[in-house]
Amino acid sequence: METVLGIKGPDFVMLAADCTQAHSIIMMKEDVEKIHKISDKLLMATIGESGDTDQFTQYISKNLALYRMRNGYELGPKAASHFTRKNLAEYLRSRTPYFVNLLVAGYDETEGGELYYIDYLANAKSLNYGGHGYGGMFCASIFDRYHHPKITQDEAYDIFKKCVKEIQKRLIINLANFKVSVVDKNGIRSLPDITAANLMDYVP
Amino acid sequence: MARRYDSRTTIFSPEGRLYQVEYAMEAISHAGTCLGILAKDGILLAAERRNTNKLLDGAIFSEKIYKLNDDMVCSVAGITSDANVLTNELRVIAQRYQLNYGEPMPCEQLVSYLCDIKQAYTQYGGKRPFGVSILYMGWDKHYGYQLYQSDPSGNYGGWKATCIGNNSGAAVSILKQELNEDLIELANAQDLAVKVLSKTLDMTKLTSEKVEMATLTRENDKTVIRILSNADVDVLIAKYEKSEAEIEAAKREKLAQKS
Repeated sequence: METVLGIKGPDFVMLAADCTQAHSIIMMKEDVEKIHKISDKLLMATIGESGDTDQFTQYISKNLALYRMRNGYELGPKAASHFTRKNLAEYLRSRTPYFVNLLVAGYDETEGGELYYIDYLANAKSLNYGGHGYGGMFCASIFDRYHHPKITQDEAYDIFKKCVKEIQKRLIINLANFKVSVVDKNGIRSLPDITAANLMDYVP
Repeated sequence: MARRYDSRTTIFSPEGRLYQVEYAMEAISHAGTCLGILAKDGILLAAERRNTNKLLDGAIFSEKIYKLNDDMVCSVAGITSDANVLTNELRVIAQRYQLNYGEPMPCEQLVSYLCDIKQAYTQYGGKRPFGVSILYMGWDKHYGYQLYQSDPSGNYGGWKATCIGNNSGAAVSILKQELNEDLIELANAQDLAVKVLSKTLDMTKLTSEKVEMATLTRENDKTVIRILSNADVDVLIAKYEKSEAEIEAAKREKLAQKS
């Protein structure tokens, strides 16, 4: 039901996530934050079983904070996503698996932007663009069409608009609001929400 | 009653000392010498080989220098069997980190983890401390080339150049004399290592059978570890002897001029 999207550019990664909190057939909330700030240059967008998403993201986040305190430096995006995948894989094989799908986005001085796709079966892959949930399926073709290696932040934001427009047109579930965040060499920034209201006159 | 405070590791003596730990350090000061020098463009470890016997199987080339992972090498001084246990442990720790984070373990973390184990053996009952000091050389993306030393108490520190084992005090003072704030080139560090070893090992002539040397450098963003062959070491020794002979000759000439 939920959707998270991610686009990697040469020196940034942008994430978009819907804001719905559904309980059975009832929409409980429309302003949920699914993109979590993990550290200065690391974001995690998590969807899945509602308790699990917060619990697992917190668990990873606090472990990365502990690492930073112990060693005086941080894990890079690659190591952080590897650590996340490892934990998810171990929980998957326990009696209490987490049901979460996530995108890990980070910026590294040497590597530039990095985007990792991790699903609840602990598949992990570094991607240029990707998404989770039904919305992610619609958007694959839009990403294929409009993504290019030298993409800018404005272009990426525009692609997200196209994606949200398509989701709101075709998906049977109402995902009205999308929050957008970007991570680059200056750190993390929130961009204006993409909503049904402000997409009214948007022509893709 | 002399043995009241030194038969168990975990008991302080009235002067506030842990005798077993001190005895372990004493054991190391009789072991073969190891030295490490940090250079601008790399780092090296050199060690004295004690077991030289022509009947020894040559298949085991390196006796005291162990590769820990792609980016780290260590050299040990002390009880070899204890050292084997610790190098095994180091390798496991390094691989465990690699498994968890998908990247090589930063050097100081590896040293610090092993030192936690060493320290435990000075505190928890019924155990004797490991009679081993270790020199570690390595490279990581955070701090570049690094040289560490750890001792049986579980203390560790980072160095530009240091020495453990037999006659290490003398070696350290030579290193202090020869080096200053600025790091030297690796080639010069190799010459210096041979010089220090030949002056501190109690033998008249240094031979390549007696010396193990390894270098660690970065080439094309990859760590390259080289364990020098006997021939390579022979070249270094010959170079050193030649320069010594020249200095000696110059001295003699000066004396002759004076008289």
